[in-house]
Amino acid sequence: MRYSGLKVITEGLFGNKGWTPAWRDPAPKAEYDVIIIGGGGHGLSTAYYLAKNHGITNVAVLEKGYLGGGNVGRNTTIVRANYFLPGNSEFYSHSMKLWEGLESELNYNVMHSQRGLINLFHSDGQRDAFVRRGNAMINQGDDAILLDRDGVREMLPYLDFDNTRFPIYGGLLHPRGGSARHDAVAWGYARGADQRGVDLIQNCEVTGIDIENGVVRGVQTTRGAMRAKKVGIVVAGRSSQVAAMAGMRLPIESHILQAFVTEGLKPVIHHVISFGMGHFYISQSDKGGLVFGGDLDFYASYAARGNLPMVEHVMEAGMTLMPMIGRAKVLRSWGGIMDMSPDGSPVIDKTHIDGLFIDCGWNYGGFKAVPASGWCMAHLMATGEPHEVARKFRLDRFATGHLLDEEGTGSQHNLH
Amino acid sequence: MRLTCPLCGERDRREFYYYGAEDYLHRPAEGAPLAEWDNYLHLRDNPAGVTKDLWYHEAGCSQWLLVTRNTVTHEVLGAEMVAGRAK
Ligand SMILES: Cc1cc2nc3c(=O)[nH]c(=O)nc-3n(C[C@H](O)[C@H](O)[C@H](O)COP(=O)(O)OP(=O)(O)OC[C@H]3O[C@@H](n4cnc5c(N)ncnc54)[C@H](O)[C@@H]3O)c2cc1C
Ligand SMILES: [Zn+2]
Repeated sequence: MRYSGLKVITEGLFGNKGWTPAWRDPAPKAEYDVIIIGGGGHGLSTAYYLAKNHGITNVAVLEKGYLGGGNVGRNTTIVRANYFLPGNSEFYSHSMKLWEGLESELNYNVMHSQRGLINLFHSDGQRDAFVRRGNAMINQGDDAILLDRDGVREMLPYLDFDNTRFPIYGGLLHPRGGSARHDAVAWGYARGADQRGVDLIQNCEVTGIDIENGVVRGVQTTRGAMRAKKVGIVVAGRSSQVAAMAGMRLPIESHILQAFVTEGLKPVIHHVISFGMGHFYISQSDKGGLVFGGDLDFYASYAARGNLPMVEHVMEAGMTLMPMIGRAKVLRSWGGIMDMSPDGSPVIDKTHIDGLFIDCGWNYGGFKAVPASGWCMAHLMATGEPHEVARKFRLDRFATGHLLDEEGTGSQHNLH
Repeated sequence: MRLTCPLCGERDRREFYYYGAEDYLHRPAEGAPLAEWDNYLHLRDNPAGVTKDLWYHEAGCSQWLLVTRNTVTHEVLGAEMVAGRAK
């Protein structure tokens, strides 16, 4: 079924009786050409592009819970292409271009909103670093505008500009940055993949990976064994457990990241604002809730909830930056399990097992990567060659010293 | 979350700095093969369940602690001082 404005109106007039489920609920088959483990944003987009770009449609996505129940439905939805290092820069630029056509591509309203992202700076040194980053973004073909203090004041008059510790000197505006509706991105890719013949199998946990003589043969699951010629591990925070089924030890440590939303308010924050020095960022959803968050809780964790010290820290940082939010009531907080890599950059690569591929290490920036990650993972699995914009996301770069440490914080997993 | 420091007793999580997994205690010898450095710096078991990791009692006695805890429940099961441990 194609969605359209006309369809919404006619269905509204006739009692909304004509809608059908957005995807099937198929029983698992005994054999597939490709099995993708993990029904998050990256697994679903990989399946979609395998079918769409490469004509590989005998594909299953195996999800242990429900589609979109992992990080893809728990993030704070910032979409940006403001990376600096060659390797990251071209990848996120490619992703941004895919975002810009995503709604018509998927025939699904993912509510992608390019409302502009502003990164604040508070010292001359930080301004110099942002000028350099802005130039890298422009060189990549993306957009960046340096705002001085008055420029920021014009757009965000409600900030505390004269804060003693972090007076606001200006900001780097990335006009094409913004946000999107996270669930809709998962659902849009799921529906698109299903329409092209991909089986989306929920409540199906992979419990083992079958390997014979160094070649992958299939997987064991809570819904039975399935054979496959190729298998992709795309499970974000659970990467270490699933890779261990193939005897691998990954450069990943899983950490908890929390986020918060307030009651719905009238429009007040029109951009995405990031206050790096305070580890705080905020935007307002289309429903009106202020969506905000901060840094990791900092210790390895698989609990999808955090501890109070980080809650307190985030609230304090918010009050420091924009005292007006003290009037808003927080409705909910939650957490997600982040696959932190030692350089803060991801992996899209083959493994030492023939036919087994892995996509992981998204840290807390994998939502904006959903389109390009699926695009590049599908390319790798279909052709056996890395896609040009993802060729630096190698699994062996840690051993060989070719790290992509965007923030220059060293090889400690929780510092990225 | 609260950690029990062998010297200071049960203290708030905020007094401690988290470094990483126990692997950091096994620094390779100078001139060790690169694979050993990769193992030490980057690769992790990253268990969902009981783990051992290193915490520094920054706002307390300044001791490095090897903490045993559960990464799924956040339960803290014990802590010992790194200094003076039998290697
Ligand atoms: C609070 C928070 C805020 C964030 N904010 C942003 C942001 O503003 N911008 C941004 O770009 N990124 C952000 N992120 C990061 C982003 O959400 C993740 O990097 C990204 O969603 C991870 O990829 P995914 O969608 O495929 O993961 P997930 O949705 O977690 O998908 C992985 C799936 O694998 C499944 N799985 C695991 N093990 C198995 C198994 N054995 N068998 C079968 N299935 C299995 C899981 O159930 C899960 O559904 C944020 C994350 C969090 C938690
Ligand atoms: Zn102490």
